Amino acid sequence: MKKRKRSEFLFFAFRNNKLRVGLSIVLFFLVVAVVGPFLTDNEPLEYANPGGAEPPSAEYWFGTTSFGQDVFSQFAYGLRATFLVGALGGGIATLLGVVIGFSAGYRGGLVDEALNMLTNIVLVIPTLAVLLIISAYLEVRGIVMESVFIGCTAWPWAARAIRAQTFSLRSRDFVDLAKLSGKRSWKIIFTEIAPNMMSYLLLVFILQFGGATLNAATLDFIGLGPTTGISLGLMMNYAVLWGALLLDIWWWFVPPGLAITAIVGALYVTNVGLDEVFNPKLREM
Amino acid sequence: MSLRAENLRVYYQTLRGDVKALDGATFDIADGEIMGVAGESGCGKTTLAHSLVRLTPPLRYIEGRVTLDGEELPIADMKRMDGFRFRKISIVPQYAMNAMNPTRKIGKMTGELLASKGADIRELMPELRRRLDLVELAHAVLDMYPIELSGGMKQRMVMVLSALLNPSLLIADEITSALDVSTQKAVAEMLVEFRDRQFVKSMMIITHDLSILYQVADTIMIMYAGQLAEKASTKTIIGSPRHPYTKLLISSLPQVGVKVADVRLKGIPGTPPQLLDPPAGCRFRDRCSVAFDKCLEVPPFIEVARDHMVACWKEPGADA
Amino acid sequence: MRRYFGRKLLIYLLTFFLAVTIDWLIPRFMPGNPVQNMLSRVAVHPEAIDAMRGYFTRAFGLDVPVWQQYLNFWAALFHGDLGVSVYMFPQRVADILMRAVPYDVALLLPAILLSWLAGNKFGAYAARTKWLDNTVLPFGYTLTATPYMWLGILLAWVFGIVLDVFPFAGAYSYDMSPHISWRFVGDVLWHWFLPFASLFLVQFGGWAIGMRNMIIYELESDYSHYLEALGAPRALVRKYAFRNALLPQLSGLALQLGVIVAGALVTEVVFSYPGIGYLLLAAIQNQDYFLIQGCFLFIIVFVLLANFAIDIIYVLVDPRTRRGMTGETA
Repeated sequence: MKKRKRSEFLFFAFRNNKLRVGLSIVLFFLVVAVVGPFLTDNEPLEYANPGGAEPPSAEYWFGTTSFGQDVFSQFAYGLRATFLVGALGGGIATLLGVVIGFSAGYRGGLVDEALNMLTNIVLVIPTLAVLLIISAYLEVRGIVMESVFIGCTAWPWAARAIRAQTFSLRSRDFVDLAKLSGKRSWKIIFTEIAPNMMSYLLLVFILQFGGATLNAATLDFIGLGPTTGISLGLMMNYAVLWGALLLDIWWWFVPPGLAITAIVGALYVTNVGLDEVFNPKLREM
Repeated sequence: MSLRAENLRVYYQTLRGDVKALDGATFDIADGEIMGVAGESGCGKTTLAHSLVRLTPPLRYIEGRVTLDGEELPIADMKRMDGFRFRKISIVPQYAMNAMNPTRKIGKMTGELLASKGADIRELMPELRRRLDLVELAHAVLDMYPIELSGGMKQRMVMVLSALLNPSLLIADEITSALDVSTQKAVAEMLVEFRDRQFVKSMMIITHDLSILYQVADTIMIMYAGQLAEKASTKTIIGSPRHPYTKLLISSLPQVGVKVADVRLKGIPGTPPQLLDPPAGCRFRDRCSVAFDKCLEVPPFIEVARDHMVACWKEPGADA
Repeated sequence: MRRYFGRKLLIYLLTFFLAVTIDWLIPRFMPGNPVQNMLSRVAVHPEAIDAMRGYFTRAFGLDVPVWQQYLNFWAALFHGDLGVSVYMFPQRVADILMRAVPYDVALLLPAILLSWLAGNKFGAYAARTKWLDNTVLPFGYTLTATPYMWLGILLAWVFGIVLDVFPFAGAYSYDMSPHISWRFVGDVLWHWFLPFASLFLVQFGGWAIGMRNMIIYELESDYSHYLEALGAPRALVRKYAFRNALLPQLSGLALQLGVIVAGALVTEVVFSYPGIGYLLLAAIQNQDYFLIQGCFLFIIVFVLLANFAIDIIYVLVDPRTRRGMTGETA
């Protein structure tokens, strides 16, 4: 079995443009999310500016809302929420996808048929409709709940991809070799298959992270996100609700959407770059 | 003179440098000649095939001249080569079983391919049918999708397709490797038929299986580590080889009826050199029992007897 | 092929069954008495409330055992009876939904079809040259990463308010009522354009990127190499690659339907466009359970029908499935 040296990966990783650009953008926003809240004295929902809506200035970097709230503060705290839901929701979806997809792919037979049927059914149902309805019936919702819901409805994508990958790995020669040498199932899974899946899992997680972020923003925008706190989607919800469009308060709704677009786009590009690093065939000469 | 190659050098580009996969090939193929190209995996035979027909990155043309029927083949120029491909030089590729578009009926694909090369399938239909008969394929295959054919059937279809416009040179790249022995024989004999009926003028059969070449090839060219070792008539190569590598190769073949208890199979100790940074001079030097100091220089591929080329300093006339 | 369709139908039937069950369960998730919750929001004369309470309790079937409620629900479904809306009392849910459906169809059908066709063509085109590829790629990624509602907001603001060339709310002008006339049709189209553009652009980016990747993959396949080895012109190689790349893109469309529906929903909210998505949100905000159930059902049925339509088209387009050998299936 071929084991690739770590150093070889890092070598290609550093040279890959897409990976560099994508990761930089994501890291940039992550830094803003972590450090941002410390750069402002105002709470996101605090009515800091008696003057109401004002464009960006030295004092309020992203301006203020109709209620005089500091947009930059909302933005920074909102970014935190976004990253949290993306990571947690994406993580749950990936985990579920691994469990279901791997079991289906490795076991095959009836288990595979049953899990496949389940996956297809959940796949067909439009998740937002379900999310809307579930969210609507909970009086109080938190970020964790939102992440759990998103994760529980987004896993079919991951399950499908992982199942396919498991199929292809299962029939590879090195697995047959391990089976022939009498290794036990568990050992085979962990020592032979898992390392090859790791890179693939990373790719799947990145996509799920992006998807969860988009889903969360959508839910928040409709007003069915967490009932407390602030998030980027919620910012856009408030902006539209309080007439930011008509009053040209662009600094209220442009930054949050821009941030989401940038982060999700960067994640997609990072994904492609990582794919190139992991699959030598895709690398440009 | 059908094909002539002069000092052909083609390297593989990799991030770590150039792999010198084909390093100075000079040989001729006469009209009507079926030349077998044999050697271990990685000796450069498939590189040779691809260089002549489809030289694209990561392959990189370094130097060398190839002429076919007196005309120069612009192998380094992908666009200009289009004029020669299919009509003058053609290939039955290693991946023949996957070579046809899976979502197109074979007949339709053939028609479109021919039309794009300026030929009309309706005119060629009678000839196409005759050739299908020759390779024992029903005419109905034209109405089928590739997925409905077996591996062997697909291979034979590709053979018919590649030779349809009567190229001067047909290259068959490892076409028997994935077949069972009896099918191998049938396919090899079909190739000879193609030459005998003058569908193609000359042929280059690339394989690692010397026994096939023994059956069908007129001459055999042995390659080692990107260099040419020996070329001579089949009888000579099998019966009286002169290059040390060829000798070891022939003697390491199992013989029918001889048991291991009586005569142990001799392999060739050592492994071929990696071609990213190959050793200077003759690349067989490290495994050769008769190597001496002159072998640090690349031996020339010269004629030591009539139509018998060898690249070895031990040959008389090599020093001159 | 029968096996292929058999499996698909089974999945759709199971999904429908599951969806209807979830639909039925939903109001019963609520803590408290669903009827009381509904009525507490209605400001109506006390005697009217009593009558409504009686009606709704019977309508919900809360006076019969649970399993019977479930069966009654199915029975009503097959009669096309989706109940009566509370939020828009006394209109029937089915009627409200049927009025909203044309707006959704008008929005979604062109957006999905045109973005798929145009996006794929564009993505294939981008794979031709390096510089085109380098400009199209970031553009495509940006579009597909854009949240639907943000693009809607931007378009509404830029074209609706700043430039004032398009309206940004409603399906037709307030001073009009639906009737057959060129003026009305024109007005509807004028209102339709921005939401359509919003949906179109995001999907377009996704398909362009996907097709570009698929084409590169197909161009690296054995059959492409063989054609090149035989000196076939680039046009033929590209034509085959494109046709083959469309197949996974078609399957991809079926998979994207859920996402597209979500996008439509949110876009309708931004533009106050009276489609089912907009109705669903209003129903949720007003706790109108019958309307919620109806909207959810309509959305599910739409997605299932669309999936089925794509399955049929796929069979027509991929010769391998027709001959009984499956290429791309679930």
